[in-house]
Amino acid sequence: MTDQQAQTPLLDAKGVSKRFGAVVALEDASLTISAGQIVALMGANGAGKSTFVKILTGALKPDTGHVRIRGTERRVGSPAEARRSGLVPVYQEPSLIPDLSIADNLRLGDTPVADFQHWVHELGIDGLHLDDMISALPLATLRILDLARALAVKPDVLLLDEMTAALPTDLVEKVLDTVRKQADAGQSVIYISHRFSEIAEICDRATVLRDGATVGDLPITPGVEEKVVELMLGAVLDKDPTRTSTAAHRPEGMPRVTVRNLAAGTKLQDVSLDLYRGEVLGVVALEGQGQDQLFDVLAGMDSPTAGTIALDGKTVSFNHPADAIAAGLSFVPGDRADGLLMERSVHENIALPQLARFAKWGAIGMKKEAATVKKAIDRLQIDTRAQGEVQRLSGGNQQKVTIGRWIAAGVDTLLLFDPTRGIDVRTKRQIYLLVRELAEQGAAVLYYTSELAEVPAACDRAMVIFNGKVVDVIEAADADEQTLMRAAYGLTASAAVSA
Amino acid sequence: MTRQFLRHGWTAGLLAILALLFVFTKIIQPDFGTSGLDSLSRAMLPFAFATAAMAVVVIAGGIDLSVASMMAVAGVTAAVLMDGAGDGMTAVAVVIVLLVGLTMGAINGALIVITRVPDIVVTLAMLYVWEGVALLILNGPGGSATPWLRELIVGPFIVPWLPRSLVFLAVCLVAVWVPLKRSKLGLSIYAIGSNDLAAYRSGVSVGRTRIAAYAVCGLFAAIGGLTLTMSTGNGEPIPGPYLMASVAAVVLGGVVLGGGKGALLGPIIAVIILRLVRMDLTLLSVDPNVTTIVEGTIMVVVVMFGGVLAYRGRHK
Repeated sequence: MTDQQAQTPLLDAKGVSKRFGAVVALEDASLTISAGQIVALMGANGAGKSTFVKILTGALKPDTGHVRIRGTERRVGSPAEARRSGLVPVYQEPSLIPDLSIADNLRLGDTPVADFQHWVHELGIDGLHLDDMISALPLATLRILDLARALAVKPDVLLLDEMTAALPTDLVEKVLDTVRKQADAGQSVIYISHRFSEIAEICDRATVLRDGATVGDLPITPGVEEKVVELMLGAVLDKDPTRTSTAAHRPEGMPRVTVRNLAAGTKLQDVSLDLYRGEVLGVVALEGQGQDQLFDVLAGMDSPTAGTIALDGKTVSFNHPADAIAAGLSFVPGDRADGLLMERSVHENIALPQLARFAKWGAIGMKKEAATVKKAIDRLQIDTRAQGEVQRLSGGNQQKVTIGRWIAAGVDTLLLFDPTRGIDVRTKRQIYLLVRELAEQGAAVLYYTSELAEVPAACDRAMVIFNGKVVDVIEAADADEQTLMRAAYGLTASAAVSA
Repeated sequence: MTRQFLRHGWTAGLLAILALLFVFTKIIQPDFGTSGLDSLSRAMLPFAFATAAMAVVVIAGGIDLSVASMMAVAGVTAAVLMDGAGDGMTAVAVVIVLLVGLTMGAINGALIVITRVPDIVVTLAMLYVWEGVALLILNGPGGSATPWLRELIVGPFIVPWLPRSLVFLAVCLVAVWVPLKRSKLGLSIYAIGSNDLAAYRSGVSVGRTRIAAYAVCGLFAAIGGLTLTMSTGNGEPIPGPYLMASVAAVVLGGVVLGGGKGALLGPIIAVIILRLVRMDLTLLSVDPNVTTIVEGTIMVVVVMFGGVLAYRGRHK
């Protein structure tokens, strides 16, 4: 690439604004990208990132401003046209049709099959048949297929929206490697992620949005994280860790939850754990090591094939999620759509679990209910401008609602399954603080996260599951990413024997 | 292997039920033969086309409550145009009727896409609109059908046990459905029914595809209306009992209400099953009121068993 080429931006968005009625979603958003660059697009909840992405990809038209590709103004009306004009997005949720086979999906988007297969292989997925139905494939595989499909059409600009969320660590590495290699070969990429480590690893620049405007465009250098956070938040955030003391919680007395030799489904082989009141027990595992089944069983959604669960020393068995809720186990699913009534209000969503617990058939105490709900909303700092329908909240606020509903109901034991997937740093921090606070008030929290860096921030201990078995339990103080990563890959001394 | 079974198992199961029903019919009515088959097939024809029409929109994730009314419009249009017409004019009339069907369907679809009013509301409204249109065209049974056209669905085809009407049905369905299924439009219809957001993101023009699906629905409804005129010999402006029957056959035929799954063969077999059950119950001189109870029960039981089997298959 010559200097001349590097100076002509491949994609150039300037002064883009968009309002929805009285709400100004974007005021002055800009983004430029040259050939072979990876630019991170960053912004906290409500900064206008999603709106900007929709405008870039052609799903929305800007009110003012322009988007130019290779210097020509682009008026895009639909994703189909955006694709043709050279910008291909990979969205946070898979955009493959569930009831069609892989081959039909490729045909639908005019994707060259050979190139697609090349990329699938390159990204480390083997054993797929083109006539496999999409609905039968796991989420992580779908995300890789989405990426392979985008790469196969050789776009001018590739837009990756939280590409690595929900991917297991090994696939994340593959994806990052592949994207960086493609950029070195001249591919331009807009990279949206909340994970600083990934941005530092592959991006050249970071463009930061705040309140609908681009407030910074920084080259990625060591220590840029602080500056980016500063720009995103508009004020310096104190670097204080969320844990008040470095000393881990000392488990004492009878464990709240005792699990012995639990097995379920095909993946969960043999898991034992003790979860005490007042502690946050982290669960660390690569994708599909049995953690899903562990949470399903504890939440009463699946029956174990072997093993026992005891609460406060008394053995229990659940036939229905309502049994688990009645016993005080509150499950927050990883997929927000699984836990929320998207078309109902914030209020109703928060009030619902309380009904499951208190009101059998009788009337609902409206005033009392309203008061508890309001308390929960305040405490979580949920942005309720759009509280009529939960689906209109941003992802981070939706996640706060899923947790908030259990807090309003008076939480005893909280099962959190990847609660911070795909949400911004500020909301993440609020969630860590909330979890710590709950634990200090005596709640027992089981916390699965796909992001290793969260463990020391939010947990007291971390239990590592590999191949459906517990391979290690690590004190949070020792739980740096490297230790956890090694354990998650089954590389600890104890696992080396069995693996 | 299991995948193939799951995909085609439903249709295979329906075929097995159909075979059992034929055996049962032969037992309770030893006389049942070619003429019985012929009249069964002819009676089934409008139901089959109504079902095909409904199946296409349901696969696309919608529903069309105006199917029976569109059939009435097509039927009376045909009867009026063919009244006293020669061979050439008859051919023109058929083409016009088909175009009228496509147009009615496209109007339904366009209204849904443009107004963003839910499909069930729009097509409920259009049910009344098309009903009125049919009565404006012909304010009572009348008109006529060209004899050679009527011959198309009467009597056997080559072999004595193969009714012409069945061949007519197969030819019409194959002529429309096979090219559609192989085309990108067909794929897009399945795609918007399965997940319209994902389809949109895959570059499918969701609105245009929806309109096209409704247009195909209108086309099938028009053929259905045409067969009504062909079999009775005149036009009938009051819609027949085809709406609920078509929804029933579509569901029984393995098309999931909500979209994305299913095809045409299953619903068509389901139509034959439902007609045959009704015929058998009449032969057994069962109270007609009991007949409808039996039909309803069959639907729930079959769909439930299908669900259980699919669930078992997935969890093995």
